[in-house]
Amino acid sequence: MTIRLKPVDAVIIGFGWSGALLAEALSAAGLSVLALERGKFHDTAENFPPSRAPDELRYAVRHDLVVKPAENTLTFRNRVDQTALPVRAWGSFLPASGAGGGGVHWNGQTWRFRPSDFVLKTTIIERYGKNFLAPDLTIEDWGVTYAELEPYYDRFEYLCGISGKAGNLGGKIQPGGNPFEGARSRDYPTPPLTMPYAPALFADAARECGYHPFPQPAANLSQAYTNPLGVTLGACSYCGFCERFGCGNYAKASPQTTVMPILRRRPNFSLRTECLVLAITHDGKGGKARGVTYTDESGQVFFQPAEIVLLCAYTFENIRLLLLSGIGTPYDPGSGRGVVGRNYSYQTTSSVQLGFADKRLNPFIGAGALGMVVDDWNGEHYDHGPLGFIGGAYLAALAINGRPILNHPVPPGTPRWGAGWKRAVAKSYLRTTRLLASGSSLSHRGAYCDLDPTYRDRFGRPLLRLTFDFHPNDLRMSDFVTARLAKIARMMRPDWLAVEKREAPYSIVPYQSTHNVGGAVIGGDPATSVVNPYLQSWDLDNLFIIGASAFPQNPSYNPTGTVAALALRAAEAIIHRYLRAPGPLA
Amino acid sequence: MRRRALLASAAAIALTGCATQTPESGLRFFTPEEAAIVAAIADRLIPADDLGPGGREAGCAVFIDRQLAGAYGGSRDLYMRPPFLPGLPSQGAQSPLTPAARYRGALAALDAHCRAAFAGSGFADLDALRQDRVLAALEAGRIALAGGGRAFFELVLRDTIDGFFADPSYGGNQGMAGWRLIGFPGARYDYRDVVARHGEPYLEPPVALA
Ligand SMILES: Cc1cc2nc3c(=O)[nH]c(=O)nc-3n(C[C@H](O)[C@H](O)[C@H](O)COP(=O)(O)OP(=O)(O)OC[C@H]3O[C@@H](n4cnc5c(N)ncnc54)[C@H](O)[C@@H]3O)c2cc1C
Repeated sequence: MTIRLKPVDAVIIGFGWSGALLAEALSAAGLSVLALERGKFHDTAENFPPSRAPDELRYAVRHDLVVKPAENTLTFRNRVDQTALPVRAWGSFLPASGAGGGGVHWNGQTWRFRPSDFVLKTTIIERYGKNFLAPDLTIEDWGVTYAELEPYYDRFEYLCGISGKAGNLGGKIQPGGNPFEGARSRDYPTPPLTMPYAPALFADAARECGYHPFPQPAANLSQAYTNPLGVTLGACSYCGFCERFGCGNYAKASPQTTVMPILRRRPNFSLRTECLVLAITHDGKGGKARGVTYTDESGQVFFQPAEIVLLCAYTFENIRLLLLSGIGTPYDPGSGRGVVGRNYSYQTTSSVQLGFADKRLNPFIGAGALGMVVDDWNGEHYDHGPLGFIGGAYLAALAINGRPILNHPVPPGTPRWGAGWKRAVAKSYLRTTRLLASGSSLSHRGAYCDLDPTYRDRFGRPLLRLTFDFHPNDLRMSDFVTARLAKIARMMRPDWLAVEKREAPYSIVPYQSTHNVGGAVIGGDPATSVVNPYLQSWDLDNLFIIGASAFPQNPSYNPTGTVAALALRAAEAIIHRYLRAPGPLA
Repeated sequence: MRRRALLASAAAIALTGCATQTPESGLRFFTPEEAAIVAAIADRLIPADDLGPGGREAGCAVFIDRQLAGAYGGSRDLYMRPPFLPGLPSQGAQSPLTPAARYRGALAALDAHCRAAFAGSGFADLDALRQDRVLAALEAGRIALAGGGRAFFELVLRDTIDGFFADPSYGGNQGMAGWRLIGFPGARYDYRDVVARHGEPYLEPPVALA
């Protein structure tokens, strides 16, 4: 028997960054807000104090903060003519579970996308002509511009206390920052982190190559900071347990360290953890969402009516809940029609590992977003005319993983075990580093999500099926930027280096990034998008779909800054426009 | 006899005051015979030498024993619903075998293989050279075991290295042998004073989780 609960003004599905930002904005505006989160409650003092947080096996290897595949996973294949099989153990990416979502165990690399990213299709066609793009690429403009998002990027950066150096203040290029970035209204709230040895060497080498290195903007704070809500964060201690870990220092911006202390005091907000949303109830296209059905750990099913439904469950579960709830037309790769699940894209990464005989790099000194970056070979920062592909990558030396289970590098040719391995690992650990190219990923006709016909979850509901491979455009791009990365690496004069290219087919096994985007994309045209530029569903005007599921393609930078900016803009549109005149905002 | 060796090293560690190493150190998954084989394998994958302890003394077999007795051993957190179909390498492992089942089957089969090949001697009784040859043959897929010889080799190699570098509270990395070998300071959690001291040695000894 389903228990029908008292209605609320807004129900939030999933309490990661997206859900937490919406919760803060809407509860501040006086709405009664309920957030439903499938995972456990997480808080710094209880769950990741410094005496327990730095446990590599538990968090980085056994994925304690990630949803268990036994509870929810997806199926995967590279192409439509293959049979998708379940992702039985996580590999390529790590979807979060629990209060704070991926915001708890993210790295904190906090980027803005460039102005041209939001008008990518138009930019490419204007610059290179209509025939430049491969016909199966399905890239789109966003329907929202950088200028429109700038205030919300700013708001998120100041909420978090991001440490960085502006490269473009109101159109004036600033030395030491990223000269390619869009204009910002003010500098970062806190100065950059202090660079350890390897990123410093990388920056010197990049300058020698004629490139423009700058510090990675970081949600690992260089100093204590009190945000506009009055919540104080601590200073990063460079502990090295950041990516995949909760922070015991209150020094990494997360929902816990930025908004949860405020939300806890608001009587009109509540968070229910270990509550899994099963479906959104609605009237059908042109009508309203009526609320959500969810189950708690006892198995009891509830119906929670709400005036507004905010779907904030991360890319995969956003798409899956739309499909399971019968909202929107599912994408069909055969005809190219339909929108839900269309335009999935990812991240095209590659790396170069390099070792020194004489330089002690001390890789255990680290943070999730600690390092130096070069943006010269990204996006439209260079001419693609003679190259025949589009996109690019940021190139970086990030001191993010010196933890020994997953990082005990040895030079190529070393035996994998025995005395030779032991000698090599003892010699190499302190003296090896890795450079990264984080490349763009373009949406294309054969990359999408739908429901799997065979595999089901523990409630008997179909898993989401992911069909994805790297487009040839992206592999050519990756080869090109990886060669630039290797050039910087050689300029660092290592004693050995190993280039790790990205090759097809895309594999679900090695970790690449949890930057899964698209499938419920933003846009100005309901024929090619699921949400309008305010993240409002084209089909149900009181349903907002928040998260990187909105990205029509992935422009190389980590997603969360843009997820947050879109979320804050949607929140403002709900408060200032939708509540006054409920109906389509675009 | 071999069981006693394993227990003795664990007891020695308990004496040196490693927090969560309970004095009983009883096996939770392996039989004494299985534990002896795994300890012998770990000691060839990571041999004791002038650089420091090997896999046996570091407690890698104790680590693996405890892991196999828990969620990891039973694939409890993984998606284990059928059908199990052979997939492409890009689709990831698709076996219904749990790590615990793999060890159980492969250790018995490996020992039987050794007894047949080496006049009645099990793996743990072989000299180091022969053990290395057997491991190399497993790695190369030249010894067929139920569930896959090569797959078992990859599993035990990964688990041994995980144990060598995981926090000592999990039973391996005793005396922080793995961390001392490479110069990892463990759960120090604060490098503010040294982050800008490029190229200098870090002098503090490693610390384990409280
Ligand atoms: C290891 C790692 C490192 C990362 N580093 C960076 C980085 O440096 N920079 C960057 O920009 N991004 C990074 N990311 C990505 C970043 O974490 C995500 O972009 C961000 O967390 C997205 O926020 P979200 O709220 O949209 O989704 P999530 O944080 O995933 O939150 C979604 C929440 O919804 C819950 N949920 C899902 N389904 C249901 C359901 N049916 N019912 C109830 N609740 C549900 C989930 O449990 C989860 O808590 C990283 C991710 C990982 C895993």
